[in-house]
Amino acid sequence: MGEALLMSLYVFVLAIFVGFEVIGKVPQMLHTPLMSGSNAISGITIVGALVVAGRVESTLSIVLGVLAIVLATINVVGGFLVTDRMLQMFRRRPEEQR
Amino acid sequence: MSGAEAGGLSLLINSAYLVAAVLFIIGLKLLSSAATARRGNVYAASGMLVAVIATLLSHEIVSFTWIVVGLVLGAAIGAFLARTVEMTAMPQMVALLNGFGGAASALVAGDEYIRFAAGAISPSYDVQTTIMLSVLIGGLTFSGSMIAWAKLQEVMTGRPITYAGQKFVSAVVFGGAVVLAGWLVAVDSNLPWYVVLNALALIIGVMFVLPIGGADMPVVISLLNSFSGIAAGMTGFVLDNNVLIVSGALVGASGIILTQIMCKAMNRSLPNVLFSAFGSQVQATGGAGMDGKVVRSLTTDDAAVLLGYARSVIFVPGYGLAVSQAQHQVRELADLLEQRGVEVKYAIHPVAGRMPGHMNVLLAEANVPYPQLVEMDTINPEFERTDVAVVIGANDVVNPAARHDQGSPIYGMPILDADKAKTVIVLKRSMNPGFAGIENELFFNENTRMLFGDAKKSLTELVTELKKGV
Repeated sequence: MGEALLMSLYVFVLAIFVGFEVIGKVPQMLHTPLMSGSNAISGITIVGALVVAGRVESTLSIVLGVLAIVLATINVVGGFLVTDRMLQMFRRRPEEQR
Repeated sequence: MSGAEAGGLSLLINSAYLVAAVLFIIGLKLLSSAATARRGNVYAASGMLVAVIATLLSHEIVSFTWIVVGLVLGAAIGAFLARTVEMTAMPQMVALLNGFGGAASALVAGDEYIRFAAGAISPSYDVQTTIMLSVLIGGLTFSGSMIAWAKLQEVMTGRPITYAGQKFVSAVVFGGAVVLAGWLVAVDSNLPWYVVLNALALIIGVMFVLPIGGADMPVVISLLNSFSGIAAGMTGFVLDNNVLIVSGALVGASGIILTQIMCKAMNRSLPNVLFSAFGSQVQATGGAGMDGKVVRSLTTDDAAVLLGYARSVIFVPGYGLAVSQAQHQVRELADLLEQRGVEVKYAIHPVAGRMPGHMNVLLAEANVPYPQLVEMDTINPEFERTDVAVVIGANDVVNPAARHDQGSPIYGMPILDADKAKTVIVLKRSMNPGFAGIENELFFNENTRMLFGDAKKSLTELVTELKKGV
């Protein structure tokens, strides 16, 4: 196993612990927005997709790249927007109508 | 571009990625309270924007044409879905998004392998291993999510689909994929077999979700949520990109926590949920000791009187409530009661709804203020002091057999102690058993009154009665 992989593993493992700490404190009431929001975060793979489509190496890689961008962008945009739509419905008092 | 310039740019991009990772973590942290959650989501979204903009500066990118096409198309579809989806359909939506994220990760890793095959790069064994993991996990997340979507959307049957020797076949396919992945790492690039591996990953996802019943989908979606994160993390390993690794780990952890909570709330182990095809047959017989017991029903008038003169009322909503779209009627009834000085709360079981936290969203949509939505552990001690518990569309989660009847299939499952309220009113269409296929003791208790009929209709009648004044 190479040094680079070990460093990446380091980051990965520590981030998992951060994730457990932070997400363990999210109340059950907000678990659906948590899922859609964290789901949008996993769309970060879009940064990889951008490079694949942008370096224009072969037709195949452009096709893969554009497909990946479309899917990841749906994931990101759809995820954050729908999370916002849900969270704005959570109100402390009923009179705070839209 | 000079070397120093390139180095400076790369430093800038990587610093931006660090900012993005920090924004993701702060965003998730702000989700720990309903008051700050919306801001948290904006933080996380800003992190994503920072990461995307920084990536576009990369000198690896030589043309923006296709990037713009992809971004515009994806953003349009994403925004459309987010705006039009019904709140009851949120589990399908999340399944779909999980699947897309997983597929995107697999595609990015796949491109890296194709470059390897074309001789553009020659990756180390480490990189090749993570490519294989990314493709396997991303691929199965995609196809598994699509099946979960189809089941939830009722495009296909929600019942578990099983056949003889299913576990054996699944194990062979899975084992075959692992062996193939290992072999691909060991040998020089082999594109045809790499494509076979992709196909196997897709098949595994399908085989994984097919035998799982519709009502167990909360667990499956949580798990696939975790997988979509891990797939992104693996792609981060492939690209040696820390922001992908951190985000993937965060989402992976989140999905695992939610999966655990769901399993605990159903009192079943994860392997049991995944591999037992629960709910494939409905048990014909009820629990022991139900014979000779009588069910007491009441009229809407009586129920209105009971509620109108109560000091405290707890509503226990189940998914049946959401199916009949009666959230708004419940809230209207609750408003009327509150105007009369009745203390109103909602008891939310962790598995109420079709995904973690789903019932809270459905009630929030009906404009129920969130301080009234109370988690199981907090509300259970309060039932004893409550005059009336109103059970609407919930069944197994209020069955006292879970507490004491060791022979019951749901024994040990944490339940809402609705039966401890002074009076329990159960709104129910008929005496049909719930998902677990067993009779509910609660319905036969002396302090229980059944209000038969469609929940929405009964609630509307209750509202009318109370408006008339009792």
